[in-house]
Amino acid sequence: MDALHLTLYVAGDTPRSRQAMANLERICVEHFGGRAKCATVDVLLDPEVADTERILTTPTLIRESPTPRRRVTGDLSDAQRVLAALGFSPYPSPQNP
Amino acid sequence: MNPSASQNIRPETVAKVRTGIPGFDSISEGGLPRARATLIAGTAGSAKTVFAVHYLAAGITQADEPGVFVTFEDSVADVRKNMLGFGWDIARWEKEGKWAFVDAAPDAEGPIAIVGDYDLGGLLARIEHAVKKIGAKRVSLDSLNALFVQFKDHAMLRAELFRITSTLKRMGVTVVFTGERIDEYGDVTRHGIEEFVADNVVILRNSLEEERRRRTVEILKMRGTTHQRGEFPFTLSSREGIIVIPLSQIQLTQSSSTVRITSGVKELDRMCGGGFFRDSVILASGASGTGKTLLVTQFMSGGFKAKERSLLFAFEESKDQLFRNAAAWGMDFAGMEQKERLMVVNRYPHAMAMEDHLVEMQQIIDDFKPNRVAVDSLSALERVSSLRGFREFVISLTSTLKQKETAGLFTSTSPSLLGGTSVTEKHISTLTDSIILLRYVESFGTMRRALVVLKMRGSQHDDAIREYTIDGKGMHIGDRLSAITGVLSGHTTFEGE
Repeated sequence: MDALHLTLYVAGDTPRSRQAMANLERICVEHFGGRAKCATVDVLLDPEVADTERILTTPTLIRESPTPRRRVTGDLSDAQRVLAALGFSPYPSPQNP
Repeated sequence: MNPSASQNIRPETVAKVRTGIPGFDSISEGGLPRARATLIAGTAGSAKTVFAVHYLAAGITQADEPGVFVTFEDSVADVRKNMLGFGWDIARWEKEGKWAFVDAAPDAEGPIAIVGDYDLGGLLARIEHAVKKIGAKRVSLDSLNALFVQFKDHAMLRAELFRITSTLKRMGVTVVFTGERIDEYGDVTRHGIEEFVADNVVILRNSLEEERRRRTVEILKMRGTTHQRGEFPFTLSSREGIIVIPLSQIQLTQSSSTVRITSGVKELDRMCGGGFFRDSVILASGASGTGKTLLVTQFMSGGFKAKERSLLFAFEESKDQLFRNAAAWGMDFAGMEQKERLMVVNRYPHAMAMEDHLVEMQQIIDDFKPNRVAVDSLSALERVSSLRGFREFVISLTSTLKQKETAGLFTSTSPSLLGGTSVTEKHISTLTDSIILLRYVESFGTMRRALVVLKMRGSQHDDAIREYTIDGKGMHIGDRLSAITGVLSGHTTFEGE
């Protein structure tokens, strides 16, 4: 399997952006054990990239690889639904055995 | 500041941006309020997207103002391709840094999953960036409904759209956005966008009227400033995009010129007190075969002899037929055309809507710059139009001719052979300067023809009913029909009967 590569697009340093970043970090640690490569892009600082990626809503999380690409928008508050939307069958996590 | 704004006596607090859309700046009394947001609402197929694109295109070509187009529905490639048909080369403007797209059309990657709270921060950042990058003064967003279909959190959408328009307004950008309506005469938009976002509301309609499509534009509200009220017809021209016909702005001045031109018939000139006025519009009405087309032919030929340029719009007869007829009366249309002092335009009345006929005719008049114009016949056009559409057509055409100090001869066919008035003349007689009636007269076993000048604005005229004959040299007007009465009503009686 290709390396898991996720990019999170946020708009500025807002509570919602921080919420999404924290939720993503938790998902990466708990479900992928650090095997996922995660990047964050602030569309206010890098609008050209937002344009190329056609970002409408923020926060938006894109699974860059493995392809096909998948998108989830929102503050990622529900880990199980985020994983399902990214195309992973929910991992049994220590919190939810 | 716009110098035309100083014409208002009342100080205008809301500055306006001239859109450059023909006729719209007239009905909006100067354009769209600057740094405000205007909703363009309409049903499917009402030309909302054309309006949104035209607004930016006119900004680039007429005001040197760059524009950003945010598309929520059509793909960027489709917008570029579709608008080429109106002569708008968007790709070139993009290269020149005058036009920028923000592509917000539904993603090819499929519907986006939603987990938790979100907003349109990404979209706002991209629009702001595009505006700054090219120094845009105008932004069009088309159409917001696609957003409401894609995202179910409508409260969030309204708040975000408010944030986007507020940001743009603060940047001094004048915003146009489109929204879809369900009914021509129902709620302004499907999702009630206008209450949250729009300072101004413009409605585009494409309604069925007497089985014909009729496009109109109405300015519903314009906060803090004045505008014309009611619906104004508009048309889509492949040359210019949207063309609004600003009826109430049209001033039908009476003929003011004292210069006379020949009708092409010497005796008729005499009856009119020395010819038609150079900027007058004349209606010639008569039954089939009374010689209306002959009158038109002589009018054109008289113009040629006087070194003028003549233009004929023919809606009944083919060009070949008109040229043959003219030759039979001793007039060489082909030769006149060759010298480029005559132009004959043939059209099928039912081929286009009235507004389209009007715009095309105005464009031809603009290009050819005739001294005189004939329309043969108005009745043929009336048959394919609603009464209101027809009247608007005549008013607009008459006004165009008068502004250009061009003489107009319109013919109308009366339905009954003897006497009676045509529907056309009933509806437009007040709009014309002169009326000439051509009539058949039954007289002791023969059919004779008689002519009368009914009205001649601003001049004395001969009020005799005169007999005329038609031969190989055209029309000859003779003596007063003194022994016959009832010519106009068609119930002739003879003195001494």
